[in-house]
Amino acid sequence: MEVNTEIFGDYYGQDSDSQEYLIINFSPSSIPRNSRWRNNGISADFLGDYFATFFPGDEIPGSKIGKQETIKSSVSFIANELLENAMKYSLVNTNLPVSIALYMYNEKIVFMVTNHISLESSENYKTYIKELLSSDMDEMFTKQLIKASSEGNSSGIGLLTIINDYGAKPGWKFEKLLNPVDVVKLTITIQLEV
Amino acid sequence: MEIKTADYYVRYDENLATIFFGGFLRLEGVDAYKEILDLCVNVFDKQKQISMNLTDLQFLNSSGISMFSMFVLKIRDLGDAKLAIQGSEKILWQTKSLKNLKRLMPSMTLEFI
Repeated sequence: MEVNTEIFGDYYGQDSDSQEYLIINFSPSSIPRNSRWRNNGISADFLGDYFATFFPGDEIPGSKIGKQETIKSSVSFIANELLENAMKYSLVNTNLPVSIALYMYNEKIVFMVTNHISLESSENYKTYIKELLSSDMDEMFTKQLIKASSEGNSSGIGLLTIINDYGAKPGWKFEKLLNPVDVVKLTITIQLEV
Repeated sequence: MEIKTADYYVRYDENLATIFFGGFLRLEGVDAYKEILDLCVNVFDKQKQISMNLTDLQFLNSSGISMFSMFVLKIRDLGDAKLAIQGSEKILWQTKSLKNLKRLMPSMTLEFI
């Protein structure tokens, strides 16, 4: 049962209207931590390779990188960052899964990543999202890079790179669960134009 | 000086005053990049004008981006130091993200080959 749903940003809710999709589910508690980390890269590269096959090798004007390689690299980077974040902040002892789904449409790919986080992480994250949504992106990015450098903490850089450098649109859904208590199911969607 | 694993390498070539990066860098968190950052800082202690060649670096995660930002800011704050970065115009993440480093240190040279 779920109560108390909050949506931020440009959340993509229609999750089943694409005929082409791929979902991978992980159980964070069943794999040792360092193997789990390796799994992020393997899964991200697989998703990149898989979705690239749908795009013919068209050239992109003004770029030395073809369409297929662009899709492959973008998907791989974005999926890797989303999985790294999801794994990093997931509650490990709950047996609740982490999942990543990619949906393909004519003009965009939608990433949907779900994990389960603590109430505290959820509140911190919402504060960060509100700041992000009300800031000038360029300014926020430079500020966050400087902050990351001085504090040795890269939090937020992945997401900002996805938004700023890849031009993708993020949205978030927070659902506070009734059971288990004090657990929030977080779904992030990223829309990437292709 | 060299760090080499199955996934990536970082190698300093003294004759060329260049640090070469290659492979796939997706280490877990900024702390995991300390060894690489230390190598770069050590090189810089001896040589105030260096190049970083990233043309063989296929993948870099955001913790790696943070590590490069840290290094660039360190160098910038030294004032008299010079840094040149060579990227590849054929590797997507580089064409997307390397410009951010130049934003942190406008005097840096960024060249795509």
